Amino acid sequence: MPDTTIRDTSSQDAAYNYAYLDEQTKRMIRRAILKAVAVPGYQVPFGGREMPLPYGWGTGGIQVTAALIGRDDTLKVIDQGADDTTNAVSIRRFFARVAQVATTTHTGEATIIQTRHRVPETPLTDGQILVFQVPIPEPLRMLEPRETETRTLHALSEYGVMQVSLYESIARHGRIAKTYNYPVMVNGRYIMSPSPIPKFDNPKLDRSPALQLYGAGREKRIYAVPPHTPVKSLDFDDHPFEIETWTECCALCGSTESFLDEMIVDDTGKRLFVCSDTDYCESRR
Amino acid sequence: MYVAVKGGETAIAHSLDLVADKRRGDRDVPELSLDQIDQQLGLAVDRVMTEGSCYDRTLAALAIKQARGDLIEAIFLLRAYRTTLPRFGASEPLDTTRMVAERRISSTFKDVPGGQVLGPTYDYTHRLLDFSLAAAGERAEAPIAPADATHALPRVGDILQRDGLLEPPPSRNHGEARDLTRDPLVLPASRPLRLQNLARGDEGFLLALGYSTQRGYGNNHPFVGEIRYGHVPVSFVPEELGFAIEIGEIDVTECDMVNQFAGSHDVPPQFTRGYGLAFGHAERKAMAMALVDRALRAEELGEAVTSPAQDEEFVLAHSDNVEASGFVQHLKLPHYVDFQSELVVVRALRAEVEKRLEQAALAQAAE
Amino acid sequence: MSTTLLAPGLADLSHDAQRLFRGVLDAFSHPGRIVELRDAPAGPGTLSPAAVAFLLTFADRETPLWLEAGVDKQEVRDFLRFHAGTPIVQAREAATFAVIIGGGGEPFAGFAIGTDTYPDRAATLVIEVPALDGGRDTTWRGPGIDGAVRVAIDGLGEGFWPAWAANHALFPCGVDLVFASGSRLIALPRSVAVEA
Repeated sequence: MPDTTIRDTSSQDAAYNYAYLDEQTKRMIRRAILKAVAVPGYQVPFGGREMPLPYGWGTGGIQVTAALIGRDDTLKVIDQGADDTTNAVSIRRFFARVAQVATTTHTGEATIIQTRHRVPETPLTDGQILVFQVPIPEPLRMLEPRETETRTLHALSEYGVMQVSLYESIARHGRIAKTYNYPVMVNGRYIMSPSPIPKFDNPKLDRSPALQLYGAGREKRIYAVPPHTPVKSLDFDDHPFEIETWTECCALCGSTESFLDEMIVDDTGKRLFVCSDTDYCESRR
Repeated sequence: MYVAVKGGETAIAHSLDLVADKRRGDRDVPELSLDQIDQQLGLAVDRVMTEGSCYDRTLAALAIKQARGDLIEAIFLLRAYRTTLPRFGASEPLDTTRMVAERRISSTFKDVPGGQVLGPTYDYTHRLLDFSLAAAGERAEAPIAPADATHALPRVGDILQRDGLLEPPPSRNHGEARDLTRDPLVLPASRPLRLQNLARGDEGFLLALGYSTQRGYGNNHPFVGEIRYGHVPVSFVPEELGFAIEIGEIDVTECDMVNQFAGSHDVPPQFTRGYGLAFGHAERKAMAMALVDRALRAEELGEAVTSPAQDEEFVLAHSDNVEASGFVQHLKLPHYVDFQSELVVVRALRAEVEKRLEQAALAQAAE
Repeated sequence: MSTTLLAPGLADLSHDAQRLFRGVLDAFSHPGRIVELRDAPAGPGTLSPAAVAFLLTFADRETPLWLEAGVDKQEVRDFLRFHAGTPIVQAREAATFAVIIGGGGEPFAGFAIGTDTYPDRAATLVIEVPALDGGRDTTWRGPGIDGAVRVAIDGLGEGFWPAWAANHALFPCGVDLVFASGSRLIALPRSVAVEA
């Protein structure tokens, strides 16, 4: 395999600290990360800073990555599974600029993978860290808008409201119609939002050898799933959790096992399906 | 086809060039200077400094120029810069009785010690477009009475308070207020923290909320005790000196709103306060803030919390326009993975319903 | 005497702290795993390099520190105040971090365990031990551990593991531990059950 890591040292900004954040802010985030790892699935409040990228565009993930990243790291950034979507490119450029870090598109070469909306198809390994960008960290938020309430529900493990909501979906549709941001139970204690990944990716979170860190910048929360931790997608005995399937295969690599993106290729509405994970797809062609 | 999402790097580079080009506009038109923005669009500078939580006219003017006049974008730029600045500590509380006021009005008393000073205000302008401004030409300077910096300007509220008619302002024993830009907002919030949030809050959001209290959604019968605008000295105690020194002067607008309060079983009726403060000259913002501050005190004063403006969590969680703007606009980012998941399910659900309808139709035909 | 030279802190504030943090994060993510902290500074008094490295990585003005009498020496206080700006407190409940020797008696009593709504507001205790192996055999299970892991930390008091069982039972509240010896450490977050 050719060496695809890229090191950009040409445009580093001397005006800013290494990895943009000042050391005190990094320490604060690092303390929050340790507590998040100690209490898997619990959302730790942290003093999220105003970043030079807009809220909702990955400021939480960026702050977590900035607190983690060092000169020995190799960073991969994906959005919708792809390394070349505009926001992934923008975040990768940000770190290449402020942290002079090597970047890669290959899942296997990365030590830190920052992601929005996907978990890579290639299984992760011990020592890798997956950083999720999270828009709404609270899994109960759409059922109960008040933070003061949801905090109490988590404290009491009072999750009936979530069970009721899933059951209503079954009553209406004959199945749980939730397709992304599908809630999970972490280590049998906390219900957690896996961020808006498709439920197709939920099984990859369960007992993963990699460390999962979740950063929500606007909502100022960090949470974590340590390696080898049970992560169960919520379901019922008579309605077990299922993932999406396609009758088509990837038009580029022929995969029948990956998450497929649908594209409309002409005015008559002709469709084509291709892997959402660009690195996985390219490595198979 | 698939290449459509590729080439992100080049596309971004070109987009950056284009936006810079758009900002400059027609090269035959002279470029704006920061001084022009500071001097001639001063109220925009004031708003950007207030909601950007950073008192620096030049930086705010630069942000406005860079954002092509989009004030929320300018506020974002200023805040993102502000985060990278080192912190030396907190200043001493401003003493606004030491204000050299350019404007000072009270609507509760016909005359007050220190007098009513109308100052520069749009209040009594007739809103007729002044076409003389469309043409170039200098305007004569307005006569300005010398400001009296030697006399303290007592607050109207303090006079009412002496008679026990108005509650005293909150004591200082809250300790040092937490810094919202360093610590996450924890609810329920203390009043200093709420005021911090409102001061940074979006003017339009606070204006609508304040307005809603006047229309019955949490009415608190407000009167403008006083609005003052002018220069106030800022003092700071350096660690190595141990005493306060004046480090400069800033312009602020302060609004003390006086509100009816029916009293309770143990407390005789008295007036209560709502407080607003903004950098520069920003009366609309300061007044809206004072209305919302008072509305948010409903629980503390034993009033029923029934309206949006009284709902602390609702107000504080949605007041910040940099947060709101980012999250609303993040919908522009690709969501095709999530949408694909939805497509898969909606198609499956539709197939099931169609099958059911078909079978029902067949059964009906067979009868 | 008051003219003792202060021991040096981190040579490269940003990059050393980053590397040490990743070592500690590795330890917290894999309870029971012995993590060697490269370039841990020697530090003052009897503090182990691992404990010094931990404190210089995580402690600052915002994190009050409690020191057990055996570690609480003037040179240690001067060192931590100078390099980290950490306030040193007498009351256990005020401490974000603490340094304890051996963990005898009631090692966790009085430290903040967080609350049901904010379990993160709990202390992290650094326990100085003679060795991270060769002690009494224990089996650890929980998040971060693939099945079970055997750990034999040396020099812990008789009542230590029963006290840990009580702390673990408080989950999601409870303190988190770091065992330090030389330049190596093992982390034990509250989520882990220990069979002793």
